[in-house]
Amino acid sequence: MKKSKYLGYVIAALLLVLGVSACGSKNSSQSGKKTTISYAIWSKNQEAGMNAIARAFEKKNPNIKVKVEVTPWAQYWTKLDAAATGKNLPDVFWMHSQEAYRYMSNGILMDLSNVVNKDLGKKNYPQAITNLYTLNNKVYAVPKDIDTVALWYNKTLFDQAGVKYPDSSWTWDTLLENAKKLTNADKGIYGLGAFNTAQSGYYNYIFQNNGKVLNAQGTKSEFNNKDTQAALQFYTDLILKEKVSPSVQEFAENSEASFFESGHQAMGTFGSFYMNEFIQNDYVTKNCDVAILPKGKTRASVSNGLGNAVAANTKHKAAAIKFVKFLGSKQGNVLQAEKAGVIPAYTAVANHWVKAFPQFHSQVFVDSLKYSKVLPHSKNTVKASTLETEVLTKVFSGKESVDKGTQQIYSGVNDILKQ
Amino acid sequence: MIRALKEKYKTEQVFWGVIFIAPTLIGLIMLNLKPAVDTIILSFQKSTGFGNQIWTGLDNYRRMFHDVEVWQAVGNTFIYALLTVPAIIILSLLVAVLLNQKIKGISIYRTIYFLPVVSTPAAVAMVWKWLYNSDYGLINFLLSKLGIQGPNWLTNPHTALLAVAIVGIWSAVGYNMILFLAGLQEIPKDFYESARIDGASPAKQFFSITIPLISPTLFFVTVTTIISSMQVFDLIFMMIDTTNIVMPKTQSLIYLFYKQSFILNDKGYGAAIVVLLLVIIMFFTAIQLIAQKKWVHY
Repeated sequence: MKKSKYLGYVIAALLLVLGVSACGSKNSSQSGKKTTISYAIWSKNQEAGMNAIARAFEKKNPNIKVKVEVTPWAQYWTKLDAAATGKNLPDVFWMHSQEAYRYMSNGILMDLSNVVNKDLGKKNYPQAITNLYTLNNKVYAVPKDIDTVALWYNKTLFDQAGVKYPDSSWTWDTLLENAKKLTNADKGIYGLGAFNTAQSGYYNYIFQNNGKVLNAQGTKSEFNNKDTQAALQFYTDLILKEKVSPSVQEFAENSEASFFESGHQAMGTFGSFYMNEFIQNDYVTKNCDVAILPKGKTRASVSNGLGNAVAANTKHKAAAIKFVKFLGSKQGNVLQAEKAGVIPAYTAVANHWVKAFPQFHSQVFVDSLKYSKVLPHSKNTVKASTLETEVLTKVFSGKESVDKGTQQIYSGVNDILKQ
Repeated sequence: MIRALKEKYKTEQVFWGVIFIAPTLIGLIMLNLKPAVDTIILSFQKSTGFGNQIWTGLDNYRRMFHDVEVWQAVGNTFIYALLTVPAIIILSLLVAVLLNQKIKGISIYRTIYFLPVVSTPAAVAMVWKWLYNSDYGLINFLLSKLGIQGPNWLTNPHTALLAVAIVGIWSAVGYNMILFLAGLQEIPKDFYESARIDGASPAKQFFSITIPLISPTLFFVTVTTIISSMQVFDLIFMMIDTTNIVMPKTQSLIYLFYKQSFILNDKGYGAAIVVLLLVIIMFFTAIQLIAQKKWVHY
């Protein structure tokens, strides 16, 4: 009897020792000379490009290894949130203007003001993108890239309908007039796509109409603005009155670009971030091209940019800062333009991106930067835009008038921003 | 109490008993019990981000009782359960009875019916989304061959929940069929033999022998099916787009919990929603536990 009792203690002790040694082995691997830092991103399309940059960085810094980790957008923020809560963040990671406020205001991100302003030179990046990641005069991310929206069109469908390709002379009137000519209900072809997406869709129209989404400080909704409402009315009419766009229902069943990619939509407003997807689509590369957005009361194109952030509590501070510096450098941005397919934030090397996509008139995206408007953001962009999408789904499907819908968004968003 | 236990069991036995159930017990406490208690605590708090909470008492519950979206979701969840539970139980029992016979290639049939269980729910939902597509979906194509104009399955508020329920039924039948099959094979063959000699019809045999004898399995299947249908999430998440107008009419409580907790980052409110679901499920399970005394024969 005594014997078996001892056996139990021995087993228990053994388990304890095993547990402790398992923890121990983790620590010992880090004490080696080579430091490994993790780099979290959400785009599968850019994985190869980010790896190319990481390898180039490793060549320059042989004792640092960079591990690129891809998590799809939908899970990225859940995972990052949990990692921040558990104080186990990746060393370097992508940041988006929609989510940045929460991370900046909670002290999750390292202050990179010196890196951006002094070491890299803040003049090298568009001020608007740096501003997205600035809070109380501190910069929390190195601008990574920038995007704009332009008008993609299907040359074959234009030729069939005998319509001239879009150019800088186009206005909203020309757009609607030609969209009607291009629409062919019997063949299931639509002239234009008016989908329920802010950045690639209706925000462009709002800004072209001199409308606003939020006030300059990002503290109040501007959906009660007459110009904003007029732009949304025009957008809604494209779907319901003029019937030149697939309906909300049709878009909900298919992906945003599927009508365009399958030759069932002659024109669509898509951001430069669609380039990687379109380039891999044989139909699009053969039949389609891109032009600047038509002019409303003014010229405008929505622009956003990502940032590379460093975890405030990273264990490898020196290595992580070295890496973001490389990411923000001229060399890193040239690599990004050529290998990752996005317009680099480093303004001087944007032409490398244009050269990488000779199939289309890619220059229009870079030209659009001149009059681009920054994607609206506030301290709770996710909540505000979720409400906006829900209400606009009703508006675009005709269940709610533009007047009532915008009023709902106006008061709802103001309530959210007051919290 | 400890003394009573000491008299009944030897210390040695208790010690080893605990050691042997420890792996399961620790797992259960750490992975199920603790999170459940944490969730209940969280439902009285407001999360301010990154694991920081402030105590807000009953605020979340007060807000919940005035939230139309929550009650709509409760309704949706009930409708979904009503659509799926009877169908799943009847169909899986039917299939199990049919597959409990000596026919050629029986294991092939069993495999076919069990396949949906092995498939990943996300992949299943994607394939069904294509089948339901109103433009190029196979279902509406076949209906058009019959001269029927099929509905816009996933974007029509009248059919969307039904469409999701059909997939739910299709993927649950296989699993419950296996449970019924096991139950059926426990029934001694001589019962049926003597019934046949006495001249009982197959229908009479089914209701007088089969049903009472598999009532424990039937009870188990009913309880688990109701619980799992109340927890529907993945199918809705995969098949109904956030810009779909039917979303308010299809979102279940768990979907709403996901939206509040992980999209809108309102973890406290999300926890309150899930506690409401817990109460609802406990209520229905309690009723069944009481009612089973009347009809389950062990």
